[in-house]
Amino acid sequence: MVWSLQAIAAIAGALVLLIAAFLIGETLPVLQKVGFLPFFTDPAWNPTEALYNLAPMLWGTLFAAAGSVLLATPLGILSAMFCQYYAPAGIALLYRRLIELLAGIPSVVYGFWGLVTLVPLIGRLHPPGPSLLAGMLILTMMILPTVALTADASFAKVPPAYLQGAASLGLSRWGTIWGVVIPAAKSGLLTGVILETGRALGETMAILMVCGNVVQTPQSIFDPIRTLTANIALEMAYALGDHRSALFVSGLILMGLVTALVIVADAIAPEENHG
Amino acid sequence: MTTLYPKFETSPTSQHPDSSSPFICTEQLSLYYGPQPAFEQVNLAIPAGQITSLVGPSGCGKSSFLTCLNRLTDLISNCRVTGRIRLGNLDVLDAKTDTTALRRRVGMILQKPNPFPLSIWRNLAFPLREHGVRDRAQIDEIVETALQDVGLWDEVKDRLKAPAQSLSGGQQQRLCIARALALQPEALLMDEPCSALDPISSGIVEDLIAGLRSRYTILVVTHNLAQARRIADNVALFWLQQNSGRLIETGSVQEIFEAPKSSITAAYINGVRG
Ligand SMILES: Nc1ncnc2c1ncn2[C@@H]1O[C@H](COP(=O)(O)OP(=O)(O)OP(=O)(O)O)[C@@H](O)[C@H]1O
Ligand SMILES: [Mg+2]
Repeated sequence: MVWSLQAIAAIAGALVLLIAAFLIGETLPVLQKVGFLPFFTDPAWNPTEALYNLAPMLWGTLFAAAGSVLLATPLGILSAMFCQYYAPAGIALLYRRLIELLAGIPSVVYGFWGLVTLVPLIGRLHPPGPSLLAGMLILTMMILPTVALTADASFAKVPPAYLQGAASLGLSRWGTIWGVVIPAAKSGLLTGVILETGRALGETMAILMVCGNVVQTPQSIFDPIRTLTANIALEMAYALGDHRSALFVSGLILMGLVTALVIVADAIAPEENHG
Repeated sequence: MTTLYPKFETSPTSQHPDSSSPFICTEQLSLYYGPQPAFEQVNLAIPAGQITSLVGPSGCGKSSFLTCLNRLTDLISNCRVTGRIRLGNLDVLDAKTDTTALRRRVGMILQKPNPFPLSIWRNLAFPLREHGVRDRAQIDEIVETALQDVGLWDEVKDRLKAPAQSLSGGQQQRLCIARALALQPEALLMDEPCSALDPISSGIVEDLIAGLRSRYTILVVTHNLAQARRIADNVALFWLQQNSGRLIETGSVQEIFEAPKSSITAAYINGVRG
């Protein structure tokens, strides 16, 4: 029994290592030739001419993810609060189902909707339309369910004794939420933020459809951008040799970002002190 | 143990315990969970400034009775309360009654210590802030007084910023009592405040409750008759009759333990003793 669990855990761990090893292996040809620095210092991304600057796309990825996380986190947490503490039972249930549905929509559908509705709308406001802003908004919609559902679950786990204690001290509903519920649900909320950030960093299809895919560091939210993920998806089909190897470098950078995220989360994770 | 709290605005109806008149008075009070009564037709006067102990077998509605008195029953969706509760000239069950002010006047301590997942200091300071005490120096003063009142100050004064969950069970319960005292209530409702604690902590909390006598009106539920006898001035016995709780007898500790009027009371006292 125990050994089978150990074996499964070992396989899961081995898979991660295998993928990492594979990524590194695929990046070696270009890294051995030009090293790591040119990926941030080259004058442009033009892999057929051995120019490999990924920095604009790294910025694109980071801006789009950061913007969507900044929007989705408060929205998701507030909506979960509404569900748990303000909404009548029927409305809360309906809202939950709706959010779950939102979580199940395939990303290409989000992308398609963004392309035909959101992008023209932004285009009218401030041409051209396909932009960092469109990417942020689409991503926000896509990661909102993640944060809303994890927040809802972590609010539901807050011990009733805290709520009873707060009520018996005459605390207002908002006071109870702010002063007692949020500290009690802190680690669950943080997990939600990590998950949504991971999803925002890794999203490909929808963002590829609405961001315009111009390789440039955005100067405003209305500028088109290309993310690292979109770059891989766009060029993988025809990339050969060093070009292909360079695409794997962007994959490696993405993996590094997510690893950094997990490390940071572990470092700032609030100690489990409620029970 | 007669430390004075630094004053902050208290409700105009607040008054000093006066043992001549009851602090809380219930009339034909009944409570139902859905169709099922928890207790019915309870007429109980709780004398001001004294310790009244509520005893009786499990399930006879003692906890439910406590939660009516500070309207915590409002939180339970299928719960219905009928009858009257008077607190001074306040009609507790009136829909217009301000429950925030009511709960500030009537504090509550539960069986299992429930300090918030905050620091020791914030556990006391946060409810104070919520009730409009903003001045940091004043908060510090009240926090210190309340912690001294429960004998916790010397144990925690060097680690006020530590999580409250790092305290022992007995310390947590005293912290919860301090948290209630900080709001300067007039009455305390305690639901088996010692029964989740080890014997030594239980003894400490029991002495603490006894020491609060005369400064607060205290209603304490206990399954420990010896404890009721040690700390209470009055005893009220609840009993299950036809599947709902009834108040069988009330009286001073002496009356209940030495000359019970009801045969149920006599049997209960002897049964538990023998
Ligand atoms: N929230 C609730 N919903 C439905 N029924 C409840 C609820 N709380 C208590 N009851 C029921 O009401 C009755 C009285 O419960 P209560 O907790 O008041 O008894 P108690 O005297 O405090 O018992 P104990 O000594 O075990 O604490 C019990 O039959 C219990 O099952
Ligand atoms: Mg009980």
